[in-house]
Amino acid sequence: MMPIVVATDVRKTFGSVQALNGVSIEIPAGQVLCIVGPSGSGKSTLLRCINQLERIDSGAIWVDGELVGYRRVGNKLYELTDSEIARQRLTNGMVFQRFNLFQHMTALENIIEGPVTVQKRRRNEVIDEAMVLLERVGLSAKRDAYPSELSGGQQQRVAIARALAMKPKLMLFDEPTSALDPELVGEVLAVMKDLARSGMTMIVVTHELGFAREVANEVVFMDRGAIVERGSPQEVLVHPQQQRTRDFIAAVLA
Amino acid sequence: MSSTTAPSSIGTGQTARFDPSIAHLTHVPRRHYGRWIASALILAAFALVVKAFAEGQIDWPVVGQFFTAQSIISGLGNTIIMTICAMALGITLGVLFAIMVMSPNPVLKGIAVFYIWFFRGTPLLLQLLLWFNLALVFPRIGIPGLFEARMVDVMTPFVATLLGLGINQGAYTAEVVRSGILSVDAGQTEAAKAIGMTRLTTLRRIVLPQAMRVIIPPVGNEVISMVKLTSIASVIGFAEVLRNAQTVYYANARVIELLIVSAGWYLIIVTILSIGQHFLERYFARGSGRRSRPAAPSVVES
Ligand SMILES: Nc1ncnc2c1ncn2[C@@H]1O[C@H](COP(=O)(O)OP(=O)(O)O)[C@@H](O)[C@H]1O
Ligand SMILES: [Mg+2]
Repeated sequence: MMPIVVATDVRKTFGSVQALNGVSIEIPAGQVLCIVGPSGSGKSTLLRCINQLERIDSGAIWVDGELVGYRRVGNKLYELTDSEIARQRLTNGMVFQRFNLFQHMTALENIIEGPVTVQKRRRNEVIDEAMVLLERVGLSAKRDAYPSELSGGQQQRVAIARALAMKPKLMLFDEPTSALDPELVGEVLAVMKDLARSGMTMIVVTHELGFAREVANEVVFMDRGAIVERGSPQEVLVHPQQQRTRDFIAAVLA
Repeated sequence: MSSTTAPSSIGTGQTARFDPSIAHLTHVPRRHYGRWIASALILAAFALVVKAFAEGQIDWPVVGQFFTAQSIISGLGNTIIMTICAMALGITLGVLFAIMVMSPNPVLKGIAVFYIWFFRGTPLLLQLLLWFNLALVFPRIGIPGLFEARMVDVMTPFVATLLGLGINQGAYTAEVVRSGILSVDAGQTEAAKAIGMTRLTTLRRIVLPQAMRVIIPPVGNEVISMVKLTSIASVIGFAEVLRNAQTVYYANARVIELLIVSAGWYLIIVTILSIGQHFLERYFARGSGRRSRPAAPSVVES
């Protein structure tokens, strides 16, 4: 099966910090990949590079068969323009740790903003779809609520619906439950499990090892900008081979 | 129930401190004697001022007579039109140059920094005089082959005032808009990019509407100062309300009466604008959590 994301030897530094130190990874379509690892290990940076919120220093990333950020002409890679990069991002939906809902828009307006403004689709048709998405994340009653009137869990579910409204082929989640009160984590994970069951390709950075064990097809453990260990949830989370992985899992479960 | 159940951990003999019957006593608010005295003094002073004006050498019927005089009303119209045009130009330039100042392109950034430096760094009156006398530097204006005109014909008092006030205003508004843009969380921009928005769409749809909450109050103040600032254009002969009042009192020598007429009109415009500002601020505060909204109208649930 054709992989939907291919990254080869991706490197990224911030000043003197090596955030990504030669990361290579492949994700087949329809799979759920969970990335775990200590804080500062480069997990967010990897997601952000895939979605071009950061520019990589070297290496290459392909998403859905397209080279990300550059056009190859002969032996040179030419940087894409702002609007070409925006078009490439349409393949991915992204969910942030801090939700980042548009504060001046209601839940419904947040969801239809992309389809209407970016994809120039008809408003009525988009609203119908948005209502189906709100229903799916269990928030039909909150369509006219502003983000400041929603709990963290509700905001994150709207954020997921907003990403899905663009009909992405790949969903990127960056610690979607880390900013939530413990009792609100479950409702967000439930929506994500439902999404995984529907066959969506997902890359999920998370500290929820239970979720990873239940939903992931593959788990990657990252540390200091590199992939230390990868394999099935069983292999990485239950019988890790590397000492660093064992230490991390022990620390999370403690 | 019985007061013998009062807390015992404090120690014996102290139950009086927690006497529950105190809950039935009447509350007496603090008396603000100082406020009453100050208010009385200020009211007395105010009454004296009013009395002085009423008995002073002011011919109030003349004030009434000129309040709606044709030349005052036409001057008022010019003041309002100039305020609107100069503010529109100022806000347009302000947004444009704020975006340029924050641009990664060093040329655009450099131009914007120079603009703000120059127009904030020189007196407005000087800028007005420069525009009005531009013909001394460039006698003719135009694009060769397309059109050409004499500068003195183009640079009328209206145009010179508009350019002077609007361009000067833009330099200040640029800084206001810039701080408004900076006040919007970077996560908003990232979320906008993530749904495929370009830089400009993000600015227009996501960042600027949220920046408005920060931008509106100072810009509202600037509109109000602009109403009054138009009066300095009287020096280059722009027929706004103060200029026309002066023209009238040069003829009839009713100086104070006509100044009172102008003051009255300025106060009326500024009052109306302040009310408008209040509603604009409320509109752009939507979603900020400071406004309590009625519960969402019930929606048909599927
Ligand atoms: N914008 C940035 N500027 C400077 N340093 C950054 C930036 N983003 C990330 N880093 C650094 O890169 C490293 C990896 O960060 P990140 O990818 O956020 O880690 P994780 O998500 O695994 O916690 C960290 O040391 C972090 O401080
Ligand atoms: Mg992170």
